[in-house]
Amino acid sequence: MSDSIDIINAFALLTNFVILPALSYGSQLALGALAVTLVYSILRFSNFAQGDSMAFGTMLVILISGYMISKGWTITGFPTAILAIPLALVGMSIYLLLMDRLVYRHYRGIKIKQSIVGITASIGVMFITGGIVRFFLGASAQRFGDGERFIFSVREFKAFTGLQQGIALKTSQFLTITLAILLVAFLFYFLQKTKTGKAMRAYSDNKELALLSGIDPDKVVRITWLLVALFTTIAGTLYGLDKGFAPQQYHLLLLPIFASVIVGGIGSPIGAIAGAFLVAFSEIFLTYAYKKFLIYLLPLSMHPNSLVQLIGTEYKYAISFVILIIVLLIKPTGLFKGKVIVDE
Amino acid sequence: MNNITAIWEANKAIASFAIMGLILLFVGMNQSWALALGIFNMSLISAIMALGVNIQWGYAGLFNVGIMGFAALGGVSVVLIAQQPVTEAIDVGGMKMFLSLIIGAVTVITGVVLNRRGVNKWLTASVVIIGYLITRYYFSEAAELIEKVDPAITGYLGGFGIPVAFSWIVGGLAAAGAAWWIGKITLGLRTDYLAIATLGISEIILYVIKNEDWFVRGLKNVYGLPRPVPYEVDMQQSEWFQNIIAWLHKSELQLLTQSEQIDQLGDYVREAAVVFVKLCYSGLFIAILGAFIILSNLALNSPWGRKVRAIRDNEVAASAMGKNIKRQHLQIFVIGSAIVGVAGALLVTYDGIFIPTAYQPLRFTFLIWVMVILGGSGNNLGSVLGAFIIWFIWIQAGPMGLWVVEMLGNNMQEGSAFLEFIEDRVHYLRLVFMGTILLLIMRFSPGGILPEKNKEL
Repeated sequence: MSDSIDIINAFALLTNFVILPALSYGSQLALGALAVTLVYSILRFSNFAQGDSMAFGTMLVILISGYMISKGWTITGFPTAILAIPLALVGMSIYLLLMDRLVYRHYRGIKIKQSIVGITASIGVMFITGGIVRFFLGASAQRFGDGERFIFSVREFKAFTGLQQGIALKTSQFLTITLAILLVAFLFYFLQKTKTGKAMRAYSDNKELALLSGIDPDKVVRITWLLVALFTTIAGTLYGLDKGFAPQQYHLLLLPIFASVIVGGIGSPIGAIAGAFLVAFSEIFLTYAYKKFLIYLLPLSMHPNSLVQLIGTEYKYAISFVILIIVLLIKPTGLFKGKVIVDE
Repeated sequence: MNNITAIWEANKAIASFAIMGLILLFVGMNQSWALALGIFNMSLISAIMALGVNIQWGYAGLFNVGIMGFAALGGVSVVLIAQQPVTEAIDVGGMKMFLSLIIGAVTVITGVVLNRRGVNKWLTASVVIIGYLITRYYFSEAAELIEKVDPAITGYLGGFGIPVAFSWIVGGLAAAGAAWWIGKITLGLRTDYLAIATLGISEIILYVIKNEDWFVRGLKNVYGLPRPVPYEVDMQQSEWFQNIIAWLHKSELQLLTQSEQIDQLGDYVREAAVVFVKLCYSGLFIAILGAFIILSNLALNSPWGRKVRAIRDNEVAASAMGKNIKRQHLQIFVIGSAIVGVAGALLVTYDGIFIPTAYQPLRFTFLIWVMVILGGSGNNLGSVLGAFIIWFIWIQAGPMGLWVVEMLGNNMQEGSAFLEFIEDRVHYLRLVFMGTILLLIMRFSPGGILPEKNKEL
């Protein structure tokens, strides 16, 4: 076996266990982070209910796709959950608009620190949402993906390329990356080119000026929640297809999502995406055990005995936190200058 | 009618506490005294915790979403202070663990110093990484050795074996240390950053506690923590206690035969021992809570308190008057977290066991928040009242929910799938219920039940 093959195998291994998972996890985080950024730019508070809202959207998808499967309405190759998304989206939109009407709208009308009251209110919404999800689906983990698990499996890949190490592309990974690209493209087109999108940006930049030029604030807020519903439902569903659904897991996603948003710069959509990939790649790069990778690359005498894992997997959430702290220490505005660093 | 409203307004605090007391008496007489005292004691601990949060939120408007983590630090300190040391584990791995922690600390300090001096970033980074790898090497070896020592019973280093009361102070100090570190980094930036950072630190504290078995046994829990009060068994066997109980029940016992008397007395003594121990705890907690309330009310009415409120109500003006806002916020954040830490230590002392999985954000962070906001943020007595009301609802909501379900169930078929489903899940509705209470108070009565008195209009 020559040395060059080993390098290829080593990188096939890395692609399969690090790069592909990080890409899809990063995409899921990015969608969630975009939802947080949208709420932040328009409504001016950090939405602590984001993680549990993702669980709520996923719950709708699970319930609807369960019904669809029982009726036999499935598509070959792909999980039925994809078919259920449009309907779940309607439900999610209604839920978010209802919450806005019942909870958040009142505080927009009064002069009060929006950031603080927003956090408190969204924490209330977070527990209500989490309670509803646990009531319907229970607190334990479950899987809801059906259909083909792989676009191509390790065995197919090995047979095709003749490599020792295979790369598998899971259906959920493929769906995640494709849908994320489509959604992000749509969001940027919407914000840059359409009239409503421009109105939203104007509202986010300078509320008073936007109101003066006749932008309807209620409409801006409504559209924002609709976009949030879109991103939240899809992000939640994709994460669930990839890693299974567990309410507590979704609740804890809050940490990496906030880390992404702050690393990128609060209020900056590009920043949110960049931050999400930074967090996802650091998390998976640091918790991966490099033993096998190094065995391919190093001569026999230098083969490692231990797992060569920098940080235990159980501390993956600590990584987002450490990134968050480092950014706050070095550059509190984030990589892509977020708009505000002090309270309005 | 107006007269009644006026009287109610004037004596709201006393009346509310009286009503709460009556409800607890009612529980005591109808359900059991042990249950009522259990609720009472837990309310007292929650009240101390709520007091700490009130100092942060009510006095200064600081948002702490990591109450759970600070309470857990208090819990850990009970184990570390009061448990007996496991000498075998210390002999095997103690030295190595100590060494690795020292190397870790030296690495961090060197990194910070090099960074401050402006030494080449790559050099600094490589020093830190090499230091980390050495630490990790020794650390994992030591952890493995320690965890191998009789894992079913010990498998950790144990504590210092000092009386448990010291752990309350240490718990406060530990929480204060964590709060200082977090506050130093995030205060002075946006308010959200503090909220998010506290959320993060509390989850990480919990991850460390759950995963590092050598430290406080991780998910294997620590049982049989020493108590500051007598044990029920000792009470039952002590003669003076039996005599008192016999004297208290003299009239009832006289009607019985000799053998019946002994049986009956045994029952009374057993029951009374449980209640007596709980009463000891009550006395202890009341003393601590009282001390905290007196201290914080004194502080609030002092020049310091005026400064703090001035900063909260108008940061810009206070800053123009030359007040150092960041320093003030840091001080308050540390004090508040320290009180939460003390309460966390008291809680584990009261339970007698340390169970990491019991730390749920809902049970700690969120419930305490609802207590503070319901009672009236900024008002210390309000937080105490909020703690009593919310803890009572929290404990009784489960049985009440089940009762409602059973009432509905009478009209349904016995053991139907639907009924079983509801019975299985009904306790999750407590989350919805508490969330709704929080939102309703915020919306319709932002001052809470006992609003802050000297809030500027």
